[in-house]
Amino acid sequence: MEIPYVAKARPDTGLFNAKVGIWLFLASEVMLFGALFSSYILLRVGADPGTWPHGLLNIPIGTFNTTVLITSSVTVVLSWASLKMGNFAAYRKYQAITILCAFAFLGIKSFEYRDKWTHYEVWKTDGTRLTGHLEGSPYFWNTQTLQQKKLDSIKLHPDARHYAFPAASPAGEAGHAEGAHEAVEIKTSDIKRLSAFVPSHGTFFAIYFTLTALHGLHVLIGALVIAYIWGPGARLWKTDPERYINRVEVSGLFWHFVDLVWIFLFPVLYLL
Amino acid sequence: MNDAQAHDIKKHVRTYLVVFAALLLGTFLTVAMYAVHFQSMAKTITIALCIATIKASLVAGFFMHLISEKKAIYAMMAATVFFFAALMYLLVWSRAQVPLGAEYSPTKHVPHPAADVGSY
Repeated sequence: MEIPYVAKARPDTGLFNAKVGIWLFLASEVMLFGALFSSYILLRVGADPGTWPHGLLNIPIGTFNTTVLITSSVTVVLSWASLKMGNFAAYRKYQAITILCAFAFLGIKSFEYRDKWTHYEVWKTDGTRLTGHLEGSPYFWNTQTLQQKKLDSIKLHPDARHYAFPAASPAGEAGHAEGAHEAVEIKTSDIKRLSAFVPSHGTFFAIYFTLTALHGLHVLIGALVIAYIWGPGARLWKTDPERYINRVEVSGLFWHFVDLVWIFLFPVLYLL
Repeated sequence: MNDAQAHDIKKHVRTYLVVFAALLLGTFLTVAMYAVHFQSMAKTITIALCIATIKASLVAGFFMHLISEKKAIYAMMAATVFFFAALMYLLVWSRAQVPLGAEYSPTKHVPHPAADVGSY
């Protein structure tokens, strides 16, 4: 039995099956990200004055990544338009740029993640707090790591300012724009808590990693789907071009949604 | 595809490029707004979210073709908007349920963290 309306639109709704499916899926995605956004707002609004970190994310890198994702969104729609005009070569070219942009976005994001995983905060027993990079840039150390390694002291290259202070200059990341200071040695006995900028550091990084990792997963899945349609799935263009265009359109709708989510994530996480 | 349809698509391509330029401009404005450093946090948040909403509307309207979609899609989106608005209203409602004085009780004073930060 043949499934109806896989390529041709249903006369009464004017829609083919996959288009209804993707819009219903996107509706559920709006609720998923909506729930996480509302969690973010609750945490942000509920934070005591002065406790929400500022300037910990690299704005130039975030801006560049936003540009990369916007570029990929326009190449997706241009590739679909090329197919509509029967220009398969142009479609291939535009979608190749989309795939490159997707992996560039993920590469830049992983660079940002790596930077956070080697960036530390030290809470000292005298009540002072320092942020900076440990000698050797180890990953994921915490208070337990110091005990397990039986270290007497650690060497920290402190940031020029702590994130709890408002930035003197808006351009830049806390601790990076003004350069790192000389290494200071801190005795383990003076350390109350040590944490890298990982989700367990505090509510900001918990919600930051949840939102950006979920978004990154969407970018990865979207890129793989587009790459499949662009590569091995392109055989369909010869046998059933209308259905192939529909597939490109549906994957494109998902991709635009991923871009749309980032349009909100960028100012909310990086700038506010 | 006939000539009229091809011409129509070409017209759309021009629109996509204009939207692309507008999205880049919106991104630039968002970052520039951060550099301006408004005194009021509420003003900063409002402007940033307004720019983001305009950018999102451009993507949804033109790249996702919501500006000229079928009625069935609009019906689905209307349901989504309703439930999304309800979700956001829950936020406002939950904030309104916090009793007065519960957040910053003088008996449970939490010192400003900046006071604990060492100078280095």
